[in-house]
Amino acid sequence: MIYFLIFISAIFVNNIVLSQFLGICPFLGVSKKIDTALGMSAAVTFVLTLATVVTYLLQKLLVMWGVEFLQTILFILVIAALVQMIEIVLKKVSPSLYQALGVFLPLITTNCCLLGVAILVANGTYKMPGGAPAEGLLNGTLFAFATALGFALALVLFAGIREQLSMNKVPKAMQGTPIALLTAGILAMAFMGFSGVV
Amino acid sequence: MNNAIKTFTNGILKENPTFGLVLGMCPTLATTTSALNGMSMGLATMFVLVCSNVVISLLKNVIPDKVRIPAFIVVIATFVSILQLLMQAYVPAIYATLGLFIPLIVVNCIVLGRAEAFACKNNVGLSAIDGLGMGLGFTLSLTVIGAIRELLGTGAIFGAHIYDGQYGALIFVLAPGAFICLGYIMALVQKLLKK
Repeated sequence: MIYFLIFISAIFVNNIVLSQFLGICPFLGVSKKIDTALGMSAAVTFVLTLATVVTYLLQKLLVMWGVEFLQTILFILVIAALVQMIEIVLKKVSPSLYQALGVFLPLITTNCCLLGVAILVANGTYKMPGGAPAEGLLNGTLFAFATALGFALALVLFAGIREQLSMNKVPKAMQGTPIALLTAGILAMAFMGFSGVV
Repeated sequence: MNNAIKTFTNGILKENPTFGLVLGMCPTLATTTSALNGMSMGLATMFVLVCSNVVISLLKNVIPDKVRIPAFIVVIATFVSILQLLMQAYVPAIYATLGLFIPLIVVNCIVLGRAEAFACKNNVGLSAIDGLGMGLGFTLSLTVIGAIRELLGTGAIFGAHIYDGQYGALIFVLAPGAFICLGYIMALVQKLLKK
């Protein structure tokens, strides 16, 4: 039951984009088309889950050697290396997806939801449903996976809205980022309705 | 001298990180719940920006072109770690409020963006001025957004009450208010700039 609640909590109640403000750059950047939004979400889901497992184990080493202050440097390097690896694999396995994601794949490195979730899980400061202790590799991995799904949900919903929006007339001053931010605001308000569910 | 002034004002006005370049949106939205929080975040980013710009412009001839991005990230992460330790020691209350967003300065696009676009092509003095200008521009816009959200949400600016807090719309301090507030400010900026 607790594992199911982790999913509900991370996807709907504490959505990473709409209530935690992590990963806003790809949220605004790659949300013009549903196809690219799906590709980006898939890439983030994969990298996020993998990176969280690796960084969780590395944190154990850091604590063992008593050098926790190296956390930021080490984590960002590990994530950068992982992203590079995935880029190489994707280029070989699925050139069409690689083309679609284009410049955004290297940008996953600077997607703050990756480093953010890695730090949250490693420090055990993420939100568990019902005040359960935030510890253990299984909980952490599930939380990371659920968070990535939440990111995917927000991104794809937002891309769908923006596809419709692009066919409508928008006042000149509101074109581009302002109208996107307002739409995101209304979406965030809708997600606020989930607060208190878990 | 003229060049230095131009570089300095460039970051504050023409290429303002938030309103002009639309970079660093995560801290902009997340930490502007009050004017003080916004300003602290801006100043923290400015510290990293100036230090990393100086070091990267000093190292620009030593770093091979192919591995420059990882090298930049290591330099930036070093200064972020220094900042984390300093803030934990001297301003623990602010460090606790900003929380996760201090280590996340590492992945703030503004810092890496200036390293790549400016510091690795210019000399130390100009790079420092560029970091200072960009940092001030970022601090300024974060403080303004924070002040507006705090005023609408709780009726105060920097904790000083302007009107009774019970008439404030709490939504502006919560997540949706951040998006909506920034959206309208950006629309206003676009309107004023592109007349």
